[in-house]
Amino acid sequence: MSTLLLGWLAAVGLAAGLVMGFGVAPREVTQGNVQRIMYLHVPAVWVAYLAFTVGLIASITYLAQRRPGADRLAHAACEVGTVFLGVNIATGAIWGKPTWGTWWTWDARLTSVAVVFVMFLAYLLLRGAIEDHERGARYAAVLAIVAALNIPLVHFSVYWWRTLHQPPSLLKPGSSTMPAVIVTALLVNFVALALLGAYFVARRARLLAVEEEALA
Amino acid sequence: MLPGLLWLGFILSGVLGLGRAFLVEHENDCWEALLLAPGDKSAIYLGKLTGSLVLMLVVEALVLALFVLFFNVDLGPALPALALVIGLGTVGIAAVGTLFAAMTAQVRARELLFPVLLLPVLVPVLLGTVKATEALLLREPLAAVAHWLKLLIAADVVYLAIGFLTFDVILEG
Repeated sequence: MSTLLLGWLAAVGLAAGLVMGFGVAPREVTQGNVQRIMYLHVPAVWVAYLAFTVGLIASITYLAQRRPGADRLAHAACEVGTVFLGVNIATGAIWGKPTWGTWWTWDARLTSVAVVFVMFLAYLLLRGAIEDHERGARYAAVLAIVAALNIPLVHFSVYWWRTLHQPPSLLKPGSSTMPAVIVTALLVNFVALALLGAYFVARRARLLAVEEEALA
Repeated sequence: MLPGLLWLGFILSGVLGLGRAFLVEHENDCWEALLLAPGDKSAIYLGKLTGSLVLMLVVEALVLALFVLFFNVDLGPALPALALVIGLGTVGIAAVGTLFAAMTAQVRARELLFPVLLLPVLVPVLLGTVKATEALLLREPLAAVAHWLKLLIAADVVYLAIGFLTFDVILEG
């Protein structure tokens, strides 16, 4: 019941996000309408990192308490985080073609996100490679901890390269240089995508529980 | 170009060696013996880590000597700083590598899965070591690569801590 409510909240949020992104937010002067993809691109990466944080906490909880529920939450959160990171990479490429003139470049921030994406793909691969369910859960929890704690290291190592990507406009020290209406549109879309992510995680965890029951 | 080539040799030899770290136990059915060993399980981690580390450092010294010979590089006064960078990088590679080798020892498709898990995680270490090696070969002082050294130390501490704390979880079976 509460999962269904979450789903409807996410649907309402996404509708509001579309209205904000295409209706309320103004057309950007230099980039034109292409800039509007930011309302999906930026919140997607925030939700992905939020999901990986949940995955890290759930993995530590699983190793400490060995509750199967924590393992299922970690699995679902890391999987959903990987999907949202994939959305971030795909929308970034679509934005990059008309703006930078290329789908992909080995720029620092693109590279770092790609590395994080591959780390969590490897996590999902490990999940699939181990037949013994309990052992798979333990190994995956350790790998999730390594991968999640590695994210700041990846970002720093890559930050010290020169970067073509524009510096973060919102998550930086000092006041924001963005107009308030764009920030609002961005935050509405973030809340909508976060609700959608939470809904996906809840559904996926439930599906994993049903799978385990069926196999047991 | 040259620093990347040098570290490519280091990482390839490292991955080959680390991947076999727990093969002896697996092939001889000694995994239970590791479980039965008295004392803290993290001691086994440190032991395996030290073994791999010594092997890797010996191979790296040989590769470096050949590198100097065939590419006609004059290391000169840069050698101590270079040794520090290589040492810090190798500790990072061996720390994660030992943990992942234990994880993949009992899994089918082990040879495939081990590098797939290891290489993306090692990106910060490889970036740091290659960039620092490049600067040192250009005769820049150690202070110019201080940020990379800090990153390598941070990576080593994080990887060693995770390996030390989670190894008993891996060893359970």
